[in-house]
Amino acid sequence: MTTTSTQPRTARRPTTRDLLTRADPRRRWTDRIMHVVITSAFLVALVPLVSVIWTVVSNGVVRMSPYFLSVSMRGVYGGIDAGGIYHAILGTLLITGLATLISVPVGLMTAIYLVEYGRGPLARAVTFFVDVMTGIPSIVAGLFAYSLFALFLGPGVRLGAVGSVALSVLMIPVVVRSSEEMLRLVPNELREASYALGVPKWLTIIKVVLRTSVAGIITGVMLSVARVIGETAPLLIVAGVIDSINTNLFEGRMMTLPVYVFRQYSQGLVPCSPEAVECVATINYDRAWGAALALIVIVMLLNLVARLIARYFAPKTGH
Amino acid sequence: MAQRIDLKDLNVYYGSFLAVADVSMTIEPRSVTAFIGPSGCGKSTLLRTLNRMHEVIPGARVEGKVEMDGVDLYGSDVDAVAVRRQIGMVFQRPNPFPTMSIAENVLAGVRLNNRRIGKDEASELVEKSLQGANLWNEVKDRLDRPGSSLSGGQQQRLCIARAIAVKPQVLLMDEPCSALDPISTLAIEDLMDQLKKDYTIVIVTHNMQQAARVSDRTGFFNIAGTGKPGKLIEMDDTRTMFSTPSEQATEDYISGRFG
Repeated sequence: MTTTSTQPRTARRPTTRDLLTRADPRRRWTDRIMHVVITSAFLVALVPLVSVIWTVVSNGVVRMSPYFLSVSMRGVYGGIDAGGIYHAILGTLLITGLATLISVPVGLMTAIYLVEYGRGPLARAVTFFVDVMTGIPSIVAGLFAYSLFALFLGPGVRLGAVGSVALSVLMIPVVVRSSEEMLRLVPNELREASYALGVPKWLTIIKVVLRTSVAGIITGVMLSVARVIGETAPLLIVAGVIDSINTNLFEGRMMTLPVYVFRQYSQGLVPCSPEAVECVATINYDRAWGAALALIVIVMLLNLVARLIARYFAPKTGH
Repeated sequence: MAQRIDLKDLNVYYGSFLAVADVSMTIEPRSVTAFIGPSGCGKSTLLRTLNRMHEVIPGARVEGKVEMDGVDLYGSDVDAVAVRRQIGMVFQRPNPFPTMSIAENVLAGVRLNNRRIGKDEASELVEKSLQGANLWNEVKDRLDRPGSSLSGGQQQRLCIARAIAVKPQVLLMDEPCSALDPISTLAIEDLMDQLKKDYTIVIVTHNMQQAARVSDRTGFFNIAGTGKPGKLIEMDDTRTMFSTPSEQATEDYISGRFG
């Protein structure tokens, strides 16, 4: 049979083996090239992520300690080897918490309106304005919240709660959008199954639609929290800067982690005199990195908690 | 407990589109009534008007009367939610609630309505409903497993158990076996035969043999063409319909000459 294989290919009919084994070489090459392109795109995308985490962790651990996490900046000056971020952590958690408390009901109910009730021009208008809100620069949200509260409380108002309002302006469109997607994913069959059992619409929405989509909604809320927890500009305007602990959202300025990072970093190097042993020249930078690390860890912890809650509520697959 | 339903000059619309025109019929209590006909002729649409599920679709509306025991279901003082508690429904695709266990699915009609129910009463209702749906023996050891862990046929019987747990008077079934294998289909047909002692059953089916097997009365629907409204061509005892129908179109459809 060796003679047949040396003959020109056109002369003989391809065997079944030929048809099944000889894949189109061009397609094989395209496949290989695309594999390489996709894998390298993934690696390129990974570079900044890994590098950011590496930089923050390596710079942040310098000052990270239980002491750093548990004291404020009250009475700390110059290059003195002291001070921490306790007041900023509290401020961030309180302001973001109140912002979530405002945004989730408003955003979720808007999403319910759009999916379950909204028809015609009003629903289209709401969708349009939600889209517009998504693009609002955060500094504008800050100015908006400031001018709103300045109307009632006079100019120069700085409160944690105003910061929450500014953040919720940024959060609401994200919550609406993500919840809307999740609610639309709930199969209509389940709504109909509920109606057919004589369950009114509002109970169907609460107990079937929201219950089925709660895992996705929590993930969406989590993403929106992550979106605003690192906001600096609006909080710099409306929550201000302070060195001591303030747990009252409705009175006085409040420090937050991003603002803390900004403030420390902008103070720059400390001019230490050679004889001062207690003086650390890079203290401001070290504190800024430490606060940045704390912020990242907080976001990761919140994410973890949200994932656990979402898993608990996720529909059971039965396997 | 079961009651008759009278349809009088019923027109069903989707927006301005007339989907089903001018239907008048009587659905007898404690019997199985089958709706047959080609796809798109409005059988399912008509079925959904019987428990006011039709109006869930935006723009859908109804003209004419649907009377249960003389009360017009579309009367101004009638509540759609109350209608659906009396007239239950089983859908084409089994749709157990994915977040609930088997037992919770059976109790869905009670629990979703925020009605309180004692523990003993609840387990009794679960057992009775599942027995009513011929599913009890298969699932009694795993009532707390998710409803979605069952096979398709079992899920459909779970949906039937869920529907009869709210103790309706009428049970509507929209092609309940079209997603099921022959064995599960047989199980559900047997079940219908038992259920008709207590309930009025209306079933939409594409399967003429099924209509012939399970129903006491059969209505044949047809459309003149796409975009035209579906109409009730003929309705009679199933035996008469399948042996000596009075309309030529019915005979053509049943004998497989079209459709």
